[in-house]
Order: sequence, then structure tokens, then C-alpha cells
Amino acid sequence: MANANAKKTQFSTRPLVTSRPRTPRGLRWYLYVAPMILVLLLIYGYPLVEVVRYSFMAGNPHHLVWVGLANYSSVFGDAVFWTSIRNNISLFVTVPVMVVVSLLLAIFLFEAVRGWRFYRFVVFMPYIMSATVIGITFSYLYQYNGVLNQMLRSVGLGFLALDWLGNVHLVIPSIASVIVWQQVGFGAILFLAQLMSLPAEILEAAELDGAGWWRKQWSVVLPQLRSVIEFFAITELINMLSWVFNYVYVITGGGPGNSSSVMELYIWRNAFFFQSFGMASAVATLLLIFTGILIFVYFRVQTRRESSSAGGAL
Amino acid sequence: MKTRAIGVTIRQVIMIGMTIVALYPIYFILITSLKTNQEYTVNQTGIPHHPTLANYVQALTAIPLPQWFLNTVMLTAGSVVLSTIISGLAAYALAWGAFPGKTFLLRLNVALMVVPPVILVIPMFVLMVRVGLINTLFSVIIFYTGLLIPFSVFLLTSFFKEIPSELFESAQIDGCSRFGILWRIVLPLVVPALVTLVVVNVLWVWNELLIALVFLQNDNLRTIMSGLSMFQGRYNTNQPLIMAGAFLAMLPTVLLYLFGQRYFVKGLTAGIGK
Repeated sequence: MANANAKKTQFSTRPLVTSRPRTPRGLRWYLYVAPMILVLLLIYGYPLVEVVRYSFMAGNPHHLVWVGLANYSSVFGDAVFWTSIRNNISLFVTVPVMVVVSLLLAIFLFEAVRGWRFYRFVVFMPYIMSATVIGITFSYLYQYNGVLNQMLRSVGLGFLALDWLGNVHLVIPSIASVIVWQQVGFGAILFLAQLMSLPAEILEAAELDGAGWWRKQWSVVLPQLRSVIEFFAITELINMLSWVFNYVYVITGGGPGNSSSVMELYIWRNAFFFQSFGMASAVATLLLIFTGILIFVYFRVQTRRESSSAGGAL
Repeated sequence: MKTRAIGVTIRQVIMIGMTIVALYPIYFILITSLKTNQEYTVNQTGIPHHPTLANYVQALTAIPLPQWFLNTVMLTAGSVVLSTIISGLAAYALAWGAFPGKTFLLRLNVALMVVPPVILVIPMFVLMVRVGLINTLFSVIIFYTGLLIPFSVFLLTSFFKEIPSELFESAQIDGCSRFGILWRIVLPLVVPALVTLVVVNVLWVWNELLIALVFLQNDNLRTIMSGLSMFQGRYNTNQPLIMAGAFLAMLPTVLLYLFGQRYFVKGLTAGIGK
């Protein structure tokens, strides 16, 4: 290990045979990162600054004027905004559900149930499908006279045949179920990859100790998966906040009424439907802050664990 | 022994149940697309009694589906090629170069990976309107390229770091230039990494909806997904027709998954533990 490091340093400090004498060596690496920096400045740097600036302005793309905090006060006075933000927060409930289902699937796959390669293929399949295609498909399956309710009625569960997308109380749980359906495969594959990289001795030792199945999962497997579970959970929390437009847009379009609107849909409707770029930018700025908070908490949790486990590992 | 057999059975039952739940929507798309609208109204769940390809014919002729396909292919090819080249060059420097700001750039890419695209859409839209590039494939190619870069740089840098440094040293001794090393030594070694990246990025661009919806509002410029979502509203009384369009829209990614499963798994699990 020390040897490899020594070699790396040697490589980076030795002058390259072809380097031109007058150019400082390190500077020429900037030629390789320059295109990336330019594109990132255009696609991230510019919009991130502008979106905050627009949140204090009103008008159309050709003429924006300063209005101070007016956009924020209109947003905070808009019931649809509060519905949207509440729906995003409700969708957070899907995260623990996804973690548990993905864990169970990953453990079963890892324990090599017969046909596990086929099952692994199937488990991941929904994740690669387009959210647009599956959203449209589920909107048909969940219709009042759709396949789900027909099946429920045919097995005598007709009392459960509800108006899944037409009832304001059921619409968000229905959308959430589609999201869970698509995303558990991602979690299962992440967890499985981590399980397969664990040293076999850890699991064998637990079996020799005579630990039961649940006990083994709880006290041996789960701690080993902790960091990947955290990674999956934070990724999905961010998704629930900022990457559900596609589902909502095709499944309900935000309806009935505005009951299934989410922040992204609210931003989109305000900007491109009502032409209110300022209000949309104000919500986008809030969304940026929320995402930042989530990431900050995640890094805090990670560094705290690393510093506490550094002592414990030895 | 007996409890073990029960355990095995329970697991098989759960996995079979999972398979049915995971595959049913795909099965539904396929069987519905083969029904006439008349048959669908009386037979939603069963297999078609008189399978027909009429929906596919209609989807390909009465609707500009082939044009949308072509648009999506151009967007995907353009942004994936551009982002791979730009990220490949950057990852080469970030994996092996020694220069001030290297760590900052690496961390910057990780941070940008979590910025929700919806935040960037409004200023980019305003910019494209002002420079007169709205409703052009070019504006969307540039936007997608930028959005693909943080993940691509992150993925390629971690793959590039796995290449043993001895290879570089011997190449340097042989008088290979820095770009020569990249072109002749690194590139052949990172082909699997590049395939992984391309597969994951193609999937992302192919399925993207929000930006396609906002930046390409002309009917002839739509992507397959934005076209399909519009088409869903316009033909909402003819679900078999829409299912035929949906099947065609997802077919390329499903085929890609069938033949490149290991690349998907590798690319999408590369983010863990970093």
C-alpha cells in the first residue's frame, strides 16, 4: 500500500518528457478540466445565481423588474403552495417503506433463493423503465373502472375498490405506491452489491454462534449495510422533494383540483402556464435551500459516524 | 430441516409474488396494445381474443411518433457523446493530475449531482428565449450535457483511479505525451467504464420529461416521452393506442437492459460508499 502511494507521488512530481519548458506543468492539466468548468458554469453556475435573483423580480423573459419580497409573500399566501409542500413531505413516508422492502428483497436474493439471477433481473426492471410510461400505465390500472378495482371486485373485495386517483385523500398514497414500485429495485440492487462485497467470515461466524435468521439480519447484516442504507435513504428523500414531477404530471396532472400538486409541478405551472417567473423562482430557491439542508444533515451524520467508528474499529 | 423447507417455500412465494407485481404493468401494456378499443372496453384484464397491430400502425402513421423517435435519438446521441468527451478529459486530470483546485473540483461535482434540475430550468429558459434558441434541439443538447457531467466525472474519476500507475510511468519513459497516454493507454483500458457510463446516461436522457416539455414545445420537435404525455391527453379515450405508443417508447431501453444488465448494475451502484 505504502509502495503504491510512493509510486503515485513519483508519477505526479517527475517532469513529463514532452512538457514544454515555459509552461508550468501543473497548469497544463487545466486544459483537460477547462471544458468541464465552462459547461458547469453555464448549466449550474449561471442558473443558480439567476434563480435567486429572479425570485425578487417579476415580469416576462424580456423584461424583469425588481419587486423585493413580493413573490415570497404571494407564494406563502397561496394555498396551492402549502398543498404542494405538504404532498412532498407526505411522500417522505415512502422512504422507510422502500428501505424495508428493498432490504428484504436484497437479503432473499443474497441467500440465493433458487432462480435468484432471474429474480435480480426482474427486481431491477421497473427502475429502468420510463416514469412517463409507467405513470400512464398506472393511471389506467388505478382508474375507478380499471384493472385494480376489477380484480378486487372479482375476488370479493369490492368494498376496497375505491376511486384511487379521484379521491383527494387517496391520490397521494396512490402516486406513492407507483414510486415505491419503481424505486425498490434500485435499493435492492444497491444493498445486494454491498452484501456481495462483505467477507464471508462475518456471516459464517454468526451462523456458527447459532444465531437465528432474524437475529443474524438484525445484529450482523444490518450494521454492515448501514452506510449504503443511509446513502439510499438520502437519495430517495431528495428524489421525493425534487424528482417526482414526472409521476405527478402523467398520473394526475396535479388533480383532482390541486390536491396532488408537488413543488416541482407548482414551479412548472407558475413559470410556464401562468408566466409568473418570479413566483416560480421563489419556490425554486426554497427547494434549493431544502435540498441543501438535507445534504448538510447527511454529511454531518456521515462524518460523525466515521469519527466515532474510527476508534471503535480497532 | 422442516423449518428450513418452510423458509425456502416462503421465500419462493414472496419472490414469485414480487415477479408478478414487477412485470404486470409491462404485460398490461403489451396485451392492451394488441386489443381494439372496442374489445378493451369489455375485456380489460384478459388476453386479446383477436390480436391486432392496428394500434401500432396508427401510432406510427397518424401521430408523428417516428419524428419524435428521431428527435430523441439526436438528443441522446448529442448529449451523451459530448458529456462523455468532456467528462473523460476532466476525469483524466482529476484522477492523475496534480494541480491546485483538484479536490475542490471533485467535491464540486459531487455537490452538483444533487441539484434538482427543476431549479435550473427557469433561468435556462429565460436565457434560451433571449438568445433565440428556444425550440431548438441544440439548446436541450447543451442542457442535458451539463446535467450529465457531474455524475459522469464522478463515475469516470473513480474508474480511472483503478488503473495502475506503472502503466503511465512506462509510457512516460517511452516518451508518450500526456494526451498520447490518454488516447493510447487509458482509453483502451476504460472501455468497460465508458460503456457503463453511456448506458446509464442514455437511459436518463431517453426518459427525461421536464426539460423536454419546457424547451421543445413545437409538435415536430417533441421527444418520445413528452410526445407520449401530450398524446395521453389528446387520445384519452383510446387507451390501447396509447399503450402501443408507450410500448414503442420504452422498447429501446428495455432492449438495452436485456443486453447490458451488468453495465446498468455497475453504473448505478457506483455511487455507494463514496
